[in-house]
Amino acid sequence: MIGPDSPAGFYLALAAPFIAAAIAPFAHKWLGHRAAWLLALAPAFIVLHFLGYMVPTETVDGVLPSVAEGGRYLFTLPWVPSLGIGANFYVDGLAHTFALLISGIGFFIVLYAGGYLKGHEHLGRFFSFILLFMGSMLGVVLADDVIMLFVYWELTSITSFLLIGFNHKAERSRRAAIQALIVTAGGGLALLAGLLLMAAYTDTFSLSEMATMAPAIKASVLYVPILLLVLGGAFTKSAQFPFHFWLPNAMEAPTPVSAYLHSATMVKAGVYLLMRLNPTLGDTVLWSTILPIFGCVTLLVGAILALRQTDLKLMLAYTTVASLGLLVALTGTSDEAIIKGAALYLVAHALFKAALFMVAGTIDHEAGTRDLTKLGGLRAAMPITAAAALLAALSMGGLPPFIGFLAKEYMYKGAAYPDLQSILLTTSLVLGNAMMFAAGFAVALRPFYGQKKETPKNAHEGPLMLWAGPVTLASLSLIGGLLAATTGDVVIQPLLSAILGEDVSVHLHLWEGFNIAVALSLVTIAIGTTLYLFLDQVRGAIARVLDFIGWGPDKGFDQALAGLVSICYGLTRRIQFGRMEGYMTITFALVAVALIVPMTIYGEWPSINELPDVSDATFYELAVVFIALIGIAAVLTASNRLTAIVSLGIQGFAVALIFMLFGAPDLSFTQFMVETLSVVILALVMTRMALFKRDHRSFWQSMMDGAIAVACGVGLTGLLLSVLSHPFDSRLSQFFTEHSYPIAQGRNIVNVIIVDYRGLDTLGEIGVVLIAGLAILALVRLKPKTKKPDTTDEAAAQQPVREAAE
Amino acid sequence: MNTVIFRAIAPYITTLMVLFSIFILLRGHNEPGGGFIGGLIAASALAIYGISNGVPAVRRAIWAHPIHIAAFGLFVSGLSGLPSMLVDAPFLTGLWGTVYLFGVELKISTILFFDIGVYLVVLGTIGGIALALEERTDN
Repeated sequence: MIGPDSPAGFYLALAAPFIAAAIAPFAHKWLGHRAAWLLALAPAFIVLHFLGYMVPTETVDGVLPSVAEGGRYLFTLPWVPSLGIGANFYVDGLAHTFALLISGIGFFIVLYAGGYLKGHEHLGRFFSFILLFMGSMLGVVLADDVIMLFVYWELTSITSFLLIGFNHKAERSRRAAIQALIVTAGGGLALLAGLLLMAAYTDTFSLSEMATMAPAIKASVLYVPILLLVLGGAFTKSAQFPFHFWLPNAMEAPTPVSAYLHSATMVKAGVYLLMRLNPTLGDTVLWSTILPIFGCVTLLVGAILALRQTDLKLMLAYTTVASLGLLVALTGTSDEAIIKGAALYLVAHALFKAALFMVAGTIDHEAGTRDLTKLGGLRAAMPITAAAALLAALSMGGLPPFIGFLAKEYMYKGAAYPDLQSILLTTSLVLGNAMMFAAGFAVALRPFYGQKKETPKNAHEGPLMLWAGPVTLASLSLIGGLLAATTGDVVIQPLLSAILGEDVSVHLHLWEGFNIAVALSLVTIAIGTTLYLFLDQVRGAIARVLDFIGWGPDKGFDQALAGLVSICYGLTRRIQFGRMEGYMTITFALVAVALIVPMTIYGEWPSINELPDVSDATFYELAVVFIALIGIAAVLTASNRLTAIVSLGIQGFAVALIFMLFGAPDLSFTQFMVETLSVVILALVMTRMALFKRDHRSFWQSMMDGAIAVACGVGLTGLLLSVLSHPFDSRLSQFFTEHSYPIAQGRNIVNVIIVDYRGLDTLGEIGVVLIAGLAILALVRLKPKTKKPDTTDEAAAQQPVREAAE
Repeated sequence: MNTVIFRAIAPYITTLMVLFSIFILLRGHNEPGGGFIGGLIAASALAIYGISNGVPAVRRAIWAHPIHIAAFGLFVSGLSGLPSMLVDAPFLTGLWGTVYLFGVELKISTILFFDIGVYLVVLGTIGGIALALEERTDN
């Protein structure tokens, strides 16, 4: 039941993190930090579920082989069937590996968070966020429908924003959170565009179906835009240079977040996407050019910057940037042998990096600092943590018999060929790995060995919750390497088959005799050891170079944002200058232009002989027109504004009468009411709000405004006359007359249109009415004594109501 | 405007206007009228009562804040679109039923509830603005 044999089990696994997130705050209230044990059941359940895919399973579609033997499980649920969008999920080797990493590491992270933030008043909220993130990330790697993928993708950005900004009282946290959100969610929009283009071209939203149309996609003219947009999403999420800057800043988050999101899972989403799309978009000249170049630059920049740091977490963060670059570069080759190395490195990195992050957090938690220069000799106080750190660093350094060694051997073996591209790639790999070797051992050895230094807190071993994760993950690094053959069969073969989009068989050996890869490994270790021994000098040198450059994408981000803000500010000052009269002048002048200019250009002014015949107008029609004229005359000659407003009402009523005479009772009715209420409200505004009683405009100003008013009137009259001179197309009104009663059971066509045919419009409109009303109420409540100039805005504010009403 | 005559007849005018607005609302589907115009009439009724007898009297009489009435109206309108989804029709599709009350055949529909929502939104918003402006005059 909890395995893949029933869809219910799958959907429960998908929902488990969200359910746990919902109960987390209450669990924390009841159980304190021990709630972690309860909440960790959610990821534990997911792990159990996904372990079920490792044996052949009987499903509704018959017996499917295990994922390792090429089984692919598809779960479908209709979501928006009219558009062909479904809540469809797909489990193959790639999704399966990621799901196990996310839930397995997530299990230990939840426990670790319980120990790390023990006693924090918002620990419950933290559990919620991290579990929400877990659910989102799980969705990203399992989604088969691209819309589903995008929704989960953006959810990971949002939950990451919440987690980075968890210490929201610190300004640096807030900045880091906003920066990460802007970069990753911005990239997410590019990704959406790319995915939609793909969906439009292939006419399906399913990733697995798109993969079957790969040759057509690669040959289409849309290929380049699709690729660039998708890479925009993947590169921002996976912190590729020059978008890498948000990742180190995200280290403001509590360490469980860094260990989970920013090493093992979220930042891997971009790599996941590239691997998932490798069969669909990969193996083209463009793909194999862009990815290795960006990947190698990111690898080298990240590794160099890692050596520059003294903060343990920042060091690890930059090595993560480097590792992501390495993965992108390897994936970009679309070469089976090299990607075998990438698949191994993906698993190895998740294990050792999460472990090292948790170790760094434990040191910080127990010793009170994570500054490398202030730490030393902690091994006696923290033996278990020290052992876990050593194991993880050995894997990171690529030493036998760890899984990191396997990864390094296979990537070298795949890459070392005597052509220019391979030489460049291999050189970058060796240099990058050597620098990461040095950084990894700096994090894992320096705090524990050497002379004991005084730390802010008296360090001692952390509780089980803190060391369970690092110890397990580091041990897995060792076991995965020792049992190389099993790792290859069970993990790497299905993973590699999914990335390549074809079934391949993998046989891994820890030792294959002395070959070029071993030689390159020795070079790597030699350079790495040298860098480690002269770390302080190297750090000083890098710092001097960086100071000399003095600019980086992080500063560039600030400058870009500041530029955007100042442009918006300037634009707003220009178009919203805060003078009601100015707005009205511009609005009506534009109306006049819009009416008159097109009619003049296209010669559509009505000619004299087309004018309607008014000789048969009855006396009462003429009388109403006369009343309207009197109203206008009264407005123009009124000595104060109140009189003018009431006089304007006369004109409005006359128009309402005309509507009535010509058979539009609904319109007339509404016009009457709107006119009445406008006069009442305007009069209230005028009399009570200390406006100028009289018109204070100069003569020339009045003439100008009058000219605009006349232009509007002439334009509108001309437009109406020219419309009426054409034969009336009665198809619409005929349709409504015929169908209004049979379909909508109403004889009042106007009302039937408002509430039935176009009900959704009306729903939106009454929403606007309500919001405008709220705004006006807020404005009315403003104290005019302190902000006198604002009173004019209230008259402006009721304009939207009338517009919405009409 | 606070003459004795006005104050004396204002309650009757208000009552008539509110009744008329409901009449207009209900007949709107077949004859001129509807929720929007009905709401405007009812809002005017509130405004008149506020001018004659003071805003506090109106607020006591309607015992809910006008904006709450408007918000409730929006809620009703939105809600009236949901039942159609139960019978697999798109959101806001009108559903009709007939009931017999005192021997009279009445047609009840989700559309009617939608229109009642429109009525309440307009009544609450416009009435609320008018009352708030009148209130300013009292201080």
